[in-house]
Amino acid sequence: MPATTEILGVFAHVDTTVRALEELKAKGYHDLTVYTPVPVHEIEDVVERDRPVSRVRLFTLLGGLTGLASGWIITMWSSARWDLWVGGKPAYGIPVSPPYVVIMFELMILFGGIATLIGMVTLGRLPKFRTSSSYDPRFTNDRFGVAVHCAAERAASVRDILRAAGAEEVRA
Amino acid sequence: MSPPEQRTPPPIAGGATVAEPTYADVNRDVLATLRVPGNLYFTWMCVVGLILTCGILAWTYQIFMGMGAAGKRTPQMWAMYITTFVFWIGIGHAGTLISAVLYLFRARWRTSIYRAAEAMTIFAVLTAGLFPMIHAGRMWFAYFLLPYPNQRLLWPNFKSPLVWDVFAISTYLSISTVFFIVGLVPDIAALRDASTGWRRRVFALLSLGWEGSDRQWRHYRRAYGLFAALATPLVLSVHSVVSWDFAMALVPGWHSTLFAPFFVDGAIFSGFAMVLVLGLPMRHFFNLHAYIRDRHLDAMAKLILVTGLVLTYFYICELFTSWYSGDHIEKASLFWRLTGSYSWALATMYFCNCFAPLILFWKKARTNPVILYVISILVLIGMWFERFNIIVPGLAHDFYPYTWGVYVPTITDTTIIVGSFAWFFILFLGFIKLMPSLSIVEVKETLAAPIKDTRHAGHH
Repeated sequence: MPATTEILGVFAHVDTTVRALEELKAKGYHDLTVYTPVPVHEIEDVVERDRPVSRVRLFTLLGGLTGLASGWIITMWSSARWDLWVGGKPAYGIPVSPPYVVIMFELMILFGGIATLIGMVTLGRLPKFRTSSSYDPRFTNDRFGVAVHCAAERAASVRDILRAAGAEEVRA
Repeated sequence: MSPPEQRTPPPIAGGATVAEPTYADVNRDVLATLRVPGNLYFTWMCVVGLILTCGILAWTYQIFMGMGAAGKRTPQMWAMYITTFVFWIGIGHAGTLISAVLYLFRARWRTSIYRAAEAMTIFAVLTAGLFPMIHAGRMWFAYFLLPYPNQRLLWPNFKSPLVWDVFAISTYLSISTVFFIVGLVPDIAALRDASTGWRRRVFALLSLGWEGSDRQWRHYRRAYGLFAALATPLVLSVHSVVSWDFAMALVPGWHSTLFAPFFVDGAIFSGFAMVLVLGLPMRHFFNLHAYIRDRHLDAMAKLILVTGLVLTYFYICELFTSWYSGDHIEKASLFWRLTGSYSWALATMYFCNCFAPLILFWKKARTNPVILYVISILVLIGMWFERFNIIVPGLAHDFYPYTWGVYVPTITDTTIIVGSFAWFFILFLGFIKLMPSLSIVEVKETLAAPIKDTRHAGHH
């Protein structure tokens, strides 16, 4: 395996960052990490262009369905455990289910929300205990960063691309 | 991207103008709110802490003496505790409306107030959650409300609105907290990068090592939208479920299908008033005029006005349905509410909720902090009385004359209720000095992104 390196370009503006990303993609560099203080549409459009939608929504769906099912099971099962006819109606079964819909709904939201959180944390590879080598504290303030992972011998050309696009600072 | 908002700085009170902040300004100004507070802050903390202590002592006394100390006599078993419980749950709703519903509608003015409003939601629900326990008397048995396997094979009655309430409110508290904490993560990362020493280590832990990389943002953004989509039906369901505590009962004046939308609207109305009560001093003392601008106040005032008008409509509906029902007991209950022992409370409610907010039709009132503050306080009083007028006169005058009875507050329950406000404010005061009360990320999102070559800006 050839030696790889990581080149970081620090940008002060959105348009220069976008220019660098377009240029890098056109030249065939796809192993990029982009740091932004806020999600910016222009940058997202370039970065997300050929990526599928985040899988967080799958977590939400599965969590919601689990909640719905657990709500149904707990209400029906516990009513069956205490089989008392109230107001001439059986303790459980479809005709007396409407009150249970509330419990099912609330548990659907609860489990769906917690599953979304789990999805966000695991897919985003959080919590992250070690700072990435290319990270700079300015990226939570007002600077944008583009880190390029490339073969060591291409470092010079990556530096040129970043500088030409308008990076304030380029470092390995 | 939606078209950029008006860039010319609108004038603020006093005729001065404030320039549009940059990204770095946002970090600087938000960090400034976390500086060591002055004497004024500690004075407030002491006052609030003293009131809270009185409340705790009153609760202790009530536990020792029994519920009679709270003025509970048949038929007045709900009285002020459940009134205040519903009041606090309602306060929470504006926070979720701002953070979830307005997020889905892409209302960009929400960004500068949403963090404080979301914190308000959580603290309001935490305050509300105390009341069923205070009200139940032996709060050490509160876990009976949860479904858990026990040797008596007893399960909660899932057909009871009171059990729905337990589920609705615990879900609401959990989801609001998750939503709040998720929103805080990138902001805590910004605090981490700006601080040193032990603070840096604490913030590093709390920020989960957030770096703002494209991978993190990608899942974060998707998750945030999904949280908003989950919280929106949830917030509508919570106050509906609370209203069913009443509407499912047969008590005259309670048994109405009107209750769910009526409660939700009232909740948003009172919640926005509370947002202003907390937000106006925050804007003044933290000097956040560049972020919480006049148009934000204007937007909130308009929401108060609209929800107030809708509420007035509901009040009229309530009177009309009662009369049109032809039901003797229903009409008698209404007549007694209008003319009986608590008619003064009803008059206060009509004045505070229907008439006082009408001044907000006047544009100058919508951006004048003093007028807004007074109106907000009146709305809070009015909305507390609305719940009082449902619960107390409703129970005072139901089907059988031999069960009629009025309720008179005692020092004990009044102190506990005043103490609950202190509990809420102490949480909020603590929060604004420990965490960014203005969202760094969301405020930046509404600013113009820094563009070098302005000739091509806005092509998107």
